[in-house]
Formats: sequence, C-alpha cells, structure tokens
Amino acid sequence: MSEPEGFEHFDDPVYTTDTGTTALPLGFEAVSPDEMTGLPTGGEARAQGSMARQILRVFVENKLAVAGVIIVVFFVLFCFVGPHIYVTNQTNGQAALQFSTQNSPPSSAHPLGTDDNGFDILGRLMFAGQASLIVGFASALVATVVGVIYGATAGFFGGGADAFMMRVVDVGLSIPVLFLLIALVTIFHASEVLLILVIAFVSWLIPARLIRGETLTLRVREYVQAVKVMGGSRTRIVGRHIVPNAVGTIVVFATFQVADSILLLAALGFIGLGIPPPGTDWGTMLSNGVNYALQGFWWEIYPAGACIVLVVIAFNFIGDSLRDALEVRLQRR
Amino acid sequence: MIGFLIRRVVQAIIVIVGVILITFLLSKLIPGGEARLVLGPRATPVSIAEFNKVNGLDRGFFDQFWNYIKGIVSHFNLGYSFKYNEGVTQLIFQKLPKTLALVGISTLVALVIAIPLGILQVVRRNHFVDYATTGLSFFFYAMPSFLLGTLLILWFSLDLKWFPVSPPIGSGGWTIFTDPRAFVLPVITLAAITIAAFSRYMRSSMMDAMTEDYVRTARAKGASKNRVLYGHALRNALIPIITLVGLSLPAIVSGALITETVFNYPGMGLLTVNSALNDDVNVVLGTTLVVTIATVLGSLIADILYALADPRIRLGGG
Repeated sequence: MSEPEGFEHFDDPVYTTDTGTTALPLGFEAVSPDEMTGLPTGGEARAQGSMARQILRVFVENKLAVAGVIIVVFFVLFCFVGPHIYVTNQTNGQAALQFSTQNSPPSSAHPLGTDDNGFDILGRLMFAGQASLIVGFASALVATVVGVIYGATAGFFGGGADAFMMRVVDVGLSIPVLFLLIALVTIFHASEVLLILVIAFVSWLIPARLIRGETLTLRVREYVQAVKVMGGSRTRIVGRHIVPNAVGTIVVFATFQVADSILLLAALGFIGLGIPPPGTDWGTMLSNGVNYALQGFWWEIYPAGACIVLVVIAFNFIGDSLRDALEVRLQRR
Repeated sequence: MIGFLIRRVVQAIIVIVGVILITFLLSKLIPGGEARLVLGPRATPVSIAEFNKVNGLDRGFFDQFWNYIKGIVSHFNLGYSFKYNEGVTQLIFQKLPKTLALVGISTLVALVIAIPLGILQVVRRNHFVDYATTGLSFFFYAMPSFLLGTLLILWFSLDLKWFPVSPPIGSGGWTIFTDPRAFVLPVITLAAITIAAFSRYMRSSMMDAMTEDYVRTARAKGASKNRVLYGHALRNALIPIITLVGLSLPAIVSGALITETVFNYPGMGLLTVNSALNDDVNVVLGTTLVVTIATVLGSLIADILYALADPRIRLGGG
C-alpha cells in the first residue's frame, strides 16, 4: 500500500544535524577519544559534539527520560548482577522440587514465593529477565541494521529497484505481526538465537521504510552531490554520508524497537511459544502463573507482569524524549 | 477518483499475491518438508517419496506455486489439517465470523470513545484533563494486551464475578453470541490500546486542523469558537482517522489473537495458537493468509471511504 494522504510525514525528511554537515554514527554513548581521532575535519567533530550534547541535554532536562534510564539500568543490574548476589537454583528442576515447596507464598526464605516447579520467583525474574533483555536488545539491533541497509539501498538507487523493494516492505507490513511470528516459530521451533532472528525478521520493515524516505531527501543534498562529483563510490556515499545523517531517526527507532521486541517476546511467551525450558522469559512466567489464577497465587502473576510493563514504559520514555530532542518526526504505529 | 480506485485495487492485488508467495515459501521451509511433518519422524524414504508424489510436492518450484495459487483461487484450498483431520478452509470459515465480530465491535467502541476524547484534549489542552488523558494513553500504550486481559479476568471475573471468564462454547456456530456479557472484557482488552493510539492521533489531527487557513478564515469572519471547532476543524480532522483505522488493522488483528488466547475466545487467533502448539503448520499458514487478506481488504475499504469523504480526492483527478 502506498501511504494515503495525511500520512505523507511517514516518509518526510525527518532529521538532519543542526549544522547540516555530516555526523558520524553514534549510539547513546558520548564520543570516545579514539573515535574522535578518526574524524577528518573539525567541522564534522562539531556536528557530532552538538548531537551528543543534544542527547545529553534530554537526559538532564527531561525527568521522564531520567526515570526511563534509571529503570533500564536497574533492570540490567537486577538481571545480570543480581543472580551473583542472590544465588538461586533456576535450572535444576529436580533439585527445586526436592528442596523447596511448590507454589509457596512469599516468606523469608523466598521473598516472592515459589512457582509450580518450586523455583524461587525473585531469582526466576532475574533469570527470565536475562533472556527478555538479551532478545529485546539483540533483535532490535539486528532489525535496525538490516532495515537501515535495506532502506538506504532502496532510497539511493531509486527507480525500479526502489519500487520493487518497497512493495516487498508493503507486503511484509500488511501481515499482522503476531501471525507471521507464530508461523515462523512453528516452522523453525524456538531457541533463544532463533527468537532474536525471527523477531528481527518481522521488525526490520519500519526502519527500512523510514530510512528510505530519509535517503530520498538526503541524496539530492549538495554535499552528497559533491561527493558524487568527486568520484565517491556509492557504498561510500550511503555508508559515510547518508546513513550518518539519518542517525537521529535510527537511534529513536532502535529505542522504541527494544520495547516492541520485549513485548513481542513476552506475547510469544504468553502464548506458550517463548524461550523453551529449561530457560524462560517474563511472558512465559506470566503465562505459567495465569494457570493458577483461580487459586489466587498472585505472586506468580503480578511480579512478571510488572517487570514487562516497567521495562517497556522505560524504553518508551527514553524514545519519546530522544524523539523530541532530536526533532525526529517518527510516526509510531 | 476512478484512477485512484483502480490504482488502489491493483496495489491490493499485488500485496495479496505477495502474501500468498510468502506463505507458500514458508511452507517450503518446514525442516524435512511437509511429508516429515505429516508422516512423523520415523517415516521411511519410500513413504515420503510416495506422499510427495501424491501431493504434487515432487514437481518444480513454479509448478507447485502455480498449483498453490490455483487451489486458493478456484476452490479456497488451503491444505489439510492433519491434527484436526479437516480441511484448513473449513476450519477457518467456522472461526472467521467470530474474529470479525470481535475486531469490528472493538474498533467501533474504540472510535466512539477515542474521537470525543481527542476533541476533549484539544478543547482543554494543557489543562489537567489533557495531561491526565495523555498519561493514561501512555500507560495503556505500554500495557501489553495479554496482561490487561489477565488483570481484567482476575478482577472482574474471578473476584467480582461480574463477567464470565470465557464465552459460552456450544456445538452451534452462533452459541458464542448468546451471552453479550462475555463480550465485555475481550472488547475492553482489544479496544484499550486502540483507544490510546486513536485519541493521540485525533488530538494531533485536530491540532493540525486548528492551524489551517480555513480555520483562520472562519475565525476572522467572526464564527463562534464552537462553530470553528466543530464545523470546521473537527470535520477535517475526522478524515485522516479513516486512514488511521485502515493502517491500524494489522495491529488490531494481532491484538485480537492475544485477546482470543487470553479469553479462550474461539476465533482465528485461538485456532492459530492451538495449531502452533500442535505443530499444525498448514493451519497456521492458512489463518495467516486469510487474516492478512481480510486486513488488506479492510484497508482497501478504508481508503475508498477516505476518498469518498475527502472532496479533494472525490472531485479531483487524483
């Protein structure tokens, strides 16, 4: 489907650095010194500095963004450092059944109780969170990289190739995500790596479309024309001049995509197609707990649900603030 | 107008053919092939070869694809469910009306709530109401529908016992519609996220309309605030909402899958999930295809309505 009227901004020029010069790609981190040495001229360094400063300013001025970052940092520490401090058995089902009671309510031994296999829920939240966060980050990364390359290529070549590549995106976007995701998981069977790839596979279409629109407007800019005249290769133009200028859009998209990927994994887990045992994820934990809703084992439902909602809201806060700061007009679905 | 319609219909057809190609390719990607799936892991090479021959799976790629399309177009043949022991098409047509009902009712409810909400936010913008509703829509946006549905069941079905946990299931196809109370929680679950998105969009669409020239002209000629708001801005702001509904359909349908799973509502989504858990790939691909075609047709209808509503397209050549 082409964009009907009223949705033109889907493809609009979205972001350029305020000086209009090229900036190098960067994520959230400020520029490290060894990155700086690779810069050809001071002009580009200034543009990049202002971008980093812009991002920094968001987090200083915007309370929601700060809250978002704090929540994300908390969960990363909770999931990856936590298990070393609060040591629990999360993989040996036999030992869990032997040494602790099933479905026991919160107590001093188990602050958040145990689940139906006798696993400690607080420890399990950390264990499951590792999978949820890794899959969320990794699939967002893969989706963004693939989408950016695809979109930049389509936009740069234009004409028939562009038309064809964008029809492919249209077809992909018209399939309801969860149906496609379930079909892929049913055919290939879930493992953690496969879930990353599969979630990325259904998520790269939006950045492809965004970056393609961006490229269309960037490639007619004077500095891109200049590089062309000077004999710069196409790869160089796309890689060094077009993609870096779209970095605002890319960063904002990637931030939202982490939230979306975590949600998609949670949805799959809830359905029963998440990380297979002995592993688990927050969605699988929640779905497991729902089986005991009638018995009122609330500690098996609320903690996992709260983790999902908090992390998703946190990434949405960060993404929203970044979007405002970088003046990216990114239409959320 | 005619040109617009023709282009739009051709686009829809291209997308549908593309989706058929994708489901076809996916069915070819099953590890070990369809034969292994049906005959089991211990099938002998001879029986696999026999199965492939009977089902035309030993022919060339394009030959198979042509047969696949021909089967779909001429007699809706989407393959056979070896778990349900029934044609996929028959299975789907029992479930499709139920999903359409759920999606249709929820979308209507979402529109009826979201449009006044968006207007309210504009009228009271930067006041408490605006901030409160903005905060709420933020919250519902981040709230996964499987969690919302679960919480609704916990609170309103199990604790308060206001609504049944899941709809009545009977042998007849229409039993499900006999208890309207069973629809309340699923509809709320599915509508909540759409309401959040729609009202946000309505708010910004209305804001945009307020800056247009015709609004300034209306103000300048001395029209009252209400007349400007409802006579000029609202009528124009409503048009893009039609497009938004069309564009949101894939997301709403995905939401319906989750809602059906949570409430054990026997529609396309639940059929897909149950089949996925049973490794019944044919059914999963069949539902994916049918749901996508329904979505594409829905968007097509939305675009046609949009063209009819917007005089710039209706009267122009575009």
